[in-house]
Order: sequence, then C-alpha cells, then structure tokens
Amino acid sequence: MSIPANFFLYIITFLALYTQVFLLISFLKNRGQIRKDGELKHAKILPSATVVVPCWNEEKTLRKTVGSLLALRYPKDKLKIMLVDDGSTDKTWSIMQEWKNNPNMLLFRKENGGKHTALNLGIEKATTDLVGCLDADSFVDPDALMRISTYFSDPSVMAVAPSVMVSNPKNIVELAQRVEYHLGVFVKKVLGMIGGIHVTPGPFSFYRREIFATLGGFRDAHKTEDMEIAYRMQANHLKFAHSHSAYVYTVSPNTIKKLFIQRLRWIYGFINNTIDYRRVMLKKKYGAFSLYTIPSGVIGLLTVLYLFSTIVYQVGLFLAHKISYWKTVGFHPALHAPSFDWFFVSTQSIIILNVMLYAVVAVTLYAGKRLIGKRPKFSFDIVYFLVIYSFIAPAWIVKACYNTVFRKSTSWR
Amino acid sequence: MKHDMKTYIVAFAITVVIFGSAFALSDYLNGRKASQLKSIQDNISLDILSSETQFSLLSELACKNVDHSVLSQELNSLSEKISYAEDNFENTDELLKLKKYYTLLEIKDYLLMQKINERCGLKNVSVLYFYTTSDKCGECAKQGYVLTSLRDKYPTLRVYSFDYAVDLSALRALISIYKVEDTKLPALIIGDDLMTGFQSVEDIEREIPSIVKAAKMLAPKTESAKSATSTGN
Repeated sequence: MSIPANFFLYIITFLALYTQVFLLISFLKNRGQIRKDGELKHAKILPSATVVVPCWNEEKTLRKTVGSLLALRYPKDKLKIMLVDDGSTDKTWSIMQEWKNNPNMLLFRKENGGKHTALNLGIEKATTDLVGCLDADSFVDPDALMRISTYFSDPSVMAVAPSVMVSNPKNIVELAQRVEYHLGVFVKKVLGMIGGIHVTPGPFSFYRREIFATLGGFRDAHKTEDMEIAYRMQANHLKFAHSHSAYVYTVSPNTIKKLFIQRLRWIYGFINNTIDYRRVMLKKKYGAFSLYTIPSGVIGLLTVLYLFSTIVYQVGLFLAHKISYWKTVGFHPALHAPSFDWFFVSTQSIIILNVMLYAVVAVTLYAGKRLIGKRPKFSFDIVYFLVIYSFIAPAWIVKACYNTVFRKSTSWR
Repeated sequence: MKHDMKTYIVAFAITVVIFGSAFALSDYLNGRKASQLKSIQDNISLDILSSETQFSLLSELACKNVDHSVLSQELNSLSEKISYAEDNFENTDELLKLKKYYTLLEIKDYLLMQKINERCGLKNVSVLYFYTTSDKCGECAKQGYVLTSLRDKYPTLRVYSFDYAVDLSALRALISIYKVEDTKLPALIIGDDLMTGFQSVEDIEREIPSIVKAAKMLAPKTESAKSATSTGN
C-alpha cells in the first residue's frame, strides 16, 4: 500500500480507537451514577404528560401500541394519550374510534402533512407539563414513563430519551439489529451523562412542553425530526438525560431492503442536520455534543467506508492472484489442508491495532448488555451483525453521501 | 468544562499508549520472525556442510544414504518465508542479508547435488530459475506459479530460484556461466539448457522426461487422471 494511503489508515484507526477509549473512560467515571439511575424511584410530584402518537396507515400495529400505553403504570389523571391521524388511507381512523369514549384519550384527524406536522398538532393541543411522542409501530414497557418522569425532578433537564429495543426479533436482519440497539443503549447512556445526546428517538422521548414555545415545533429536517430537535436543543444549551432502564420496543425492519431505506434516511439525516448546524460544531461552548458526538459520528462513517474499500481491494487482489494462478497452471483443488505456521500470521502494526480496536468494541458491547441487565454471553447475533453491517452499511453511507451531493431526498418507507 | 477536558486529554494519552504498544509488539514479533529465519538458515547451512563433509569422507559409500539428505524442501519453505518477510517487514537491511545467505545456500545445495549425481550415477533433475521484481518482469509471477505447481506435482524436482538483483559474487558467477541476461527474464536452466521467457507446465515437462516418466510409473492411475484435468484447463 502506498505511503499516503497507509498514513490515512493510521489516522482513521487512531481516531476510531480514540472515540472508543473516550467512551469507556466516560463510562467508568460515571458508572456509580449510572447504576443509581437504573433503580426505579418515584418523583415526589409527578409531572403531567401527554403522549402524542402520529399515525399514518398504522392499522396493523396501532392496537398493540395503544394497548401498551394504556397499560402504563402512571396516574391516569396525569396522563393523556393523543392519537393524530395524519391523513391515513387505511382503517387507522376507524380503529381509533374504539377509544373515542376513553377520557384519557384524544383523537385528531388531519390532512397528510408528514410526521412532524402531526407532532406539532399534538404539541399545540397539549396542556400537560411534558409532551412525549411514540411512533405507532412501537410499544412501551409499563414502567417506562415512571422511570422517565423521575429525571424531570431536576428542573434543568429539558428532555429525556428512553432505551430503544428491537421488538420480538426473529429473523437474521432483526437479530443483527438487536446487537446494534444493545450497543446503542450503552453509547446513549454515556452520551447522556456527558451531555452529548444528538437524537431523542421517535419512540417515547419526552420534552418539557415549555421548550417548544421558545424553540418552535418539530421540523421536517430531512425526515429525521427527532435528530433535528436534539441538535436545536444542543445549540440552545438545553440539558438532556437518557433513561437506560425505560424500555421501549420498536418494530425493526425485517428485510435488508427495509433496513437499507431506514438507515439511508438516518445517515442522510445525520449528514444534512450536521451540515445545517455546522456553526455549532467543534466548539467548546457546545460541549460533548459538538466536540465528541458529531465528530465521532463522522469518524465512524469514514472508518466504515475506508475499511470496506480496503477489504474490497484486498479481496480483489487475492482473487486476481488466484485467477492468474489458475489460468497459468490449471485448477487443482488442494489435496491436503494447508498447514498452519504462525510465521505467516500477520504481525503488522495495523493488524494488531485493529485487533485492539475490536477488543475495545467488544468491551463496550459487554458493558451495554450488563447495563440493560442481560447476562453477556456469546450468541450468533453478533456474527449476523458483523456480516450484515460490514457489507451493507457502506452501501447506505455511500448512497446517503450521493443523495446529499446531488440533493436527492430520502423516503420514510 | 475543565473536568470534561481532562477526559479528552486522558483518552488521548491512553490511545497514544495503545498505539505505541501496538507498534512495539509488531516490532518485537517481526524481530522474532527474522531471528527464526536466521536460525532456519543456520540449520540448513549446518546440514549442507555436514553432508558435504560426510560425502568427502566416505566417498562412494555415501551414495547409500544420499537420497535421505534432501534439503531443498526446507529451502523451499525458507524461500516462501523470505518472500513473505520482504512483503511485510520493514527491516530491509537485515532481510537483504538473509536473502544473500539464502542464495548462497541454494548454490551450495545445487553444487552438492551435482556432485552426488555425478559420483553416484543418479539422475536428479534441477531447475535454476532467475527472476526479478514484477515491474521489470511481467511474467515472473506466472512463471513462479508454474514452478510451484510442478514442485507439488513432482516432489523429486529440485527448483532453485534466484533473485537476479541480489548482489552476491557467487550469484554473479552463476549468471555469467549460463549467460543469463536481465532483459530476458524469466530464465530457466534445466540440465545445461537456458530457456528464456515464460515456459508453461507442458514446456517444462518436455524438458524433464525422466521425472515425468518416474512419476507416471509410481502412480499410473492418479497421474493419468491429473494430466487429463490439466489439459482440460
């Protein structure tokens, strides 16, 4: 490999290792607090809360979603559930009628205008202390709101994000995502502790209603309104928390194609929101969000792209050699297994560095599983995760970059 | 914020330490490999010297034991390791020395073999192969594949490969004896014939009929199946 390519590889590896080490140190520094956070406490005065559920053609999952909300352990006089039909063309509105006599539920119907408009209608109609949202394909744990509400006892906390999990994963694509979500719990918790949250997920994030009066409502924001609101709050120095023990389960894409579309939207949103908020990047006064979260996201994208192109290059080189060999001497399948000689095990520094990097990521994954109370053990999910994400993530990253450069927008589904 | 900046600095310091240890570990392991090469070479050198001495001492009597002193297999594995080291290690000075040493051992093994053939009336066939770097010799890689495959097919075939660029007086002498020109690489010497340019498996097999015949006699069924496969490709 040429010297500049090698140099770039070392820089990328250094930065990738740095972001992981930083994350682990921050975790170790805050682990006492994190453990305390996991216990279920009851706030002295519970805030009132509205959960807005924007719905667009959600006939399949709506009943289960609302069912999980009605099962929340939270005083009924302090909880409102607001369903907003955003111009559905299926039976969503007629299913909603099943709850029209429930005093805790409010039903609205409007012309289709996108998820952010449905959320904004909910915010406009809400009168409670807190406003939260729940995507209509997600289900909440009965204690989730109680756990989230305790964080609002701190008057400086303006938003709280939950731990998002994959709901009932069955096939390989869903199982691979489960690993990613477990990793996400750890990363989000640490980011929450150091003030670096960059997304308040669509499923069950809560905000103090008053912030919308000063910040304004949700925006389309490249179809990642939950990311943009977090960016806007960070830009205004508002404080977040992450409740790692407040679980919400989301229906994750069950095919590679659906996963591709979802991730394309996320990465496109990340790139474009970062461009839109570039004025707050790499500035000390915006804290870890500006100095760590966003730069590490960019480094992550570069690492995936660079590793992928290196692997393609190496595999191409190997195949070219093999093909040239077969063309020259004919194809003879090996009659005996190749003997192992440690001499041929690569001991180049870059290989050792990569092994170390994977080791640090493995520690992160272990800590993530411990954090959500699961006993870490080996499962094939991690193999699915590595295979699917190594080969397909570069594709959605490249497409997101392409769409950004050529100004093509992304779609929801 | 002051407290926060401390985390950034500590993380940076730890990353630098991890980076440094990866480089140190890599250096240490590569050094171990280089010394492993050196020790293999020393063993081979000792073996050759011992064979030569034994041969001189015992004269004709040594012919009985001579078939067992096949050294080139070890030389082959050493050659693979040296070329791997050339591609992967950074310490080129040390490697260059090892390569010179290896070239010298090859020549010594070749000469000993010649002597044994002569005195014991054996018909061991040796191939001397001269190559150079891929930018100067486009077909050397292909020629290498052919020879590797032939060596696998006929284990009694002894292939000695020489990097034309190695600056060693013994190698220069060999080159001048056979009049090998660096513009006509790859070059092969089989028996006393010089063949320049790329030679296919079939070309070389025509030059080594005794080995091909012996192999066919040893395993008539397998060999005929094998040659049918190779002509098919």
